[in-house]
Amino acid sequence: MRELSLGQAVDRAIEDAMARDDSIVFMGEDAPMLRAPLFARFGADRVLATPISEAAFFGAAAGAAMAGLRPVVELYMVDFVAVALDAVLNHMAKLETFSGGSWKAPLVIRAPTGAGYGDGGQHGQSLWGSLASIPGLSVVVASTPADAYGLMTTALAHDGPVVFMEPKLLSEEWLEFLGRGGRNTVSFNVPAEGRMGEVPDPPHATPFGSAAVRREGSDLTIASLAVGVHRALEAATRLHDQAIDCEVIDLRSLRPLDVTTVTASAEKTGRLLVVDEDYREFGLSGELAAVSLEAGLAPRFGRVCVEDTLPYARHLEDEALPNVERIITAATALVSS
Amino acid sequence: MDLPELYRQMMRARTYELAVEDLWNTGLISGEMHLGTGEEAVAAGVVTHLKDGDGLALTHRCSPALVVRGVPLAAMLSEMLGSENGLCRGRGGHMHLFSKEHLAATSGIVGASLPTAAGFALANRRLRPGTVAVAFTGAGAMNQGMALETLNLAVAWELPLVIVCIDNGWAITTISTAVTGGDLVERATGFGMRAESVNGRDVRAVHKIAGKLIERARRGKGPSFLLASCPRLDGHILGDKLIRMAKKPIGEGKDTFSKVITAAMSRGGGGLKDRAGSMTQIMSVMARARRGTARERRGDPIISARKAMKKLEAERERIDAEVAAEIDKAVSDALADVGKNNDA
Repeated sequence: MRELSLGQAVDRAIEDAMARDDSIVFMGEDAPMLRAPLFARFGADRVLATPISEAAFFGAAAGAAMAGLRPVVELYMVDFVAVALDAVLNHMAKLETFSGGSWKAPLVIRAPTGAGYGDGGQHGQSLWGSLASIPGLSVVVASTPADAYGLMTTALAHDGPVVFMEPKLLSEEWLEFLGRGGRNTVSFNVPAEGRMGEVPDPPHATPFGSAAVRREGSDLTIASLAVGVHRALEAATRLHDQAIDCEVIDLRSLRPLDVTTVTASAEKTGRLLVVDEDYREFGLSGELAAVSLEAGLAPRFGRVCVEDTLPYARHLEDEALPNVERIITAATALVSS
Repeated sequence: MDLPELYRQMMRARTYELAVEDLWNTGLISGEMHLGTGEEAVAAGVVTHLKDGDGLALTHRCSPALVVRGVPLAAMLSEMLGSENGLCRGRGGHMHLFSKEHLAATSGIVGASLPTAAGFALANRRLRPGTVAVAFTGAGAMNQGMALETLNLAVAWELPLVIVCIDNGWAITTISTAVTGGDLVERATGFGMRAESVNGRDVRAVHKIAGKLIERARRGKGPSFLLASCPRLDGHILGDKLIRMAKKPIGEGKDTFSKVITAAMSRGGGGLKDRAGSMTQIMSVMARARRGTARERRGDPIISARKAMKKLEAERERIDAEVAAEIDKAVSDALADVGKNNDA
């Protein structure tokens, strides 16, 4: 076992895979300095600095993947995928179908995700619902260092395009870079369980499409991902004191989605609460309601999501995010009614 | 406009940014903070030409131009402090500042100022004849597709647009020439646009050439591009790890360097030549960061402007005192506003 931060676990998984597989190349803005250890070990041929040109280097990553490389392409923040969306939506995601299944683009998009450190609504979005709505992509989101390693390892061996999302609030490196900047005068509401954790040695790959039950319970199912899992677990501990017994599911993978684990739990408890840092409308929470209905279930349903553009002011941001208080209020309402 | 007035605008921008730095250090401002220290001559030289109705689209490093444009300073500071009485009611933050009254908008998306300003120019031509739009952008942003597409669009539509491209040598922590092909003035010329370059540390030179280009746009003679070189005195963001490591390799860089060395010595990976090449490049970026950050550096545009004013010592001291009082008042107003909110 090794004790790693979530960000270190992602770095470790990429470095280990690059040592095994010469076809993996890494590219991104500032890659030589931002990923200096990777650059020092693998050199400029495999760790490429890109210009600030997301549309071009995402398109190039898709082309390189079609032609035999396995690119890892890093964004500073998932918000900036908007600049490169054509390459993602219309090209890498379409290739397999358009080629009748004969051609796939194995690449990984590493996308730091989420809010909670006061960077405003253009730098703190989650967007996994939008991305996971696109056929042809895999979308995975880690909430622990072990899964960060495991999901990235699976992504690097996968034969199609994968969006790997890394919650910034759980990544000490991103938080230091973007939030703290060497100051000791600011603090963030970081769930301790997600920040550091043990990564098995040798590590295991986490399969796609497999949710993890983080806590078992009988009264209410809380389905979440990323930071939300830790908020839900804290809420579950407090709800236990009110004699409400919560089951907490970490989805880990949105596309493919582990429908079986979610619906089995919702059937058991009869209540489903989705805790989602992405936007409320037309996204993950609606999708989980739909798969429950499709499974013939009619659980009492609620959702705690981001409802509007994230505000900059820290106190407003904390209120807008799915925090423990909002989860407890929603859970109590579902159980009492 | 005479030199003392240009100098006053530069000092307003500089003093404002130093106040922001203090507030950020105390933790009252959250998130990333990109200071525009070093860009004062460009901001003052260009923005003092703008009139009512002119549009201004800016980047994540937006304060100097907004200060010179006359956006209320206390409202901007209150915004950064997250106040309901801030310029954008605490919703925008420092990368997302909007003043409808000044037709001024900022964005944290690199390259986005160009198409926005093109739209301002289009609307201005139709709705407010004789007005123009100015985009500020960085040299690193000129590789973004939307920026290149706007060069073409502006020429195709003959927009009253001036694109001011600030070249501080960096694209975040990458040396921008390492990821940029060709010369940016030639690039703009290649799109059929009038393109000039200027020493962005010399406020009088910037003021003169910007005046010509803006006047040209007002007369319907089409878009232009101005490349202005200047230093970036405080790194990409406050607390920039690269700058901290460059200044204090033992204290700040220890953890990173030990990871780099461990990785470079690990079995598997690139050959000796690849690894040595990487190490050389990392050291050279660090050295450049260290050289570039000394504020005393001769390239500081404030120092250049002061030298140019050496026969006007008394006037300069008066301006410095007036600017200091103006910024002090804006800071205390903004802090009082936040204090009130906290009491409420």
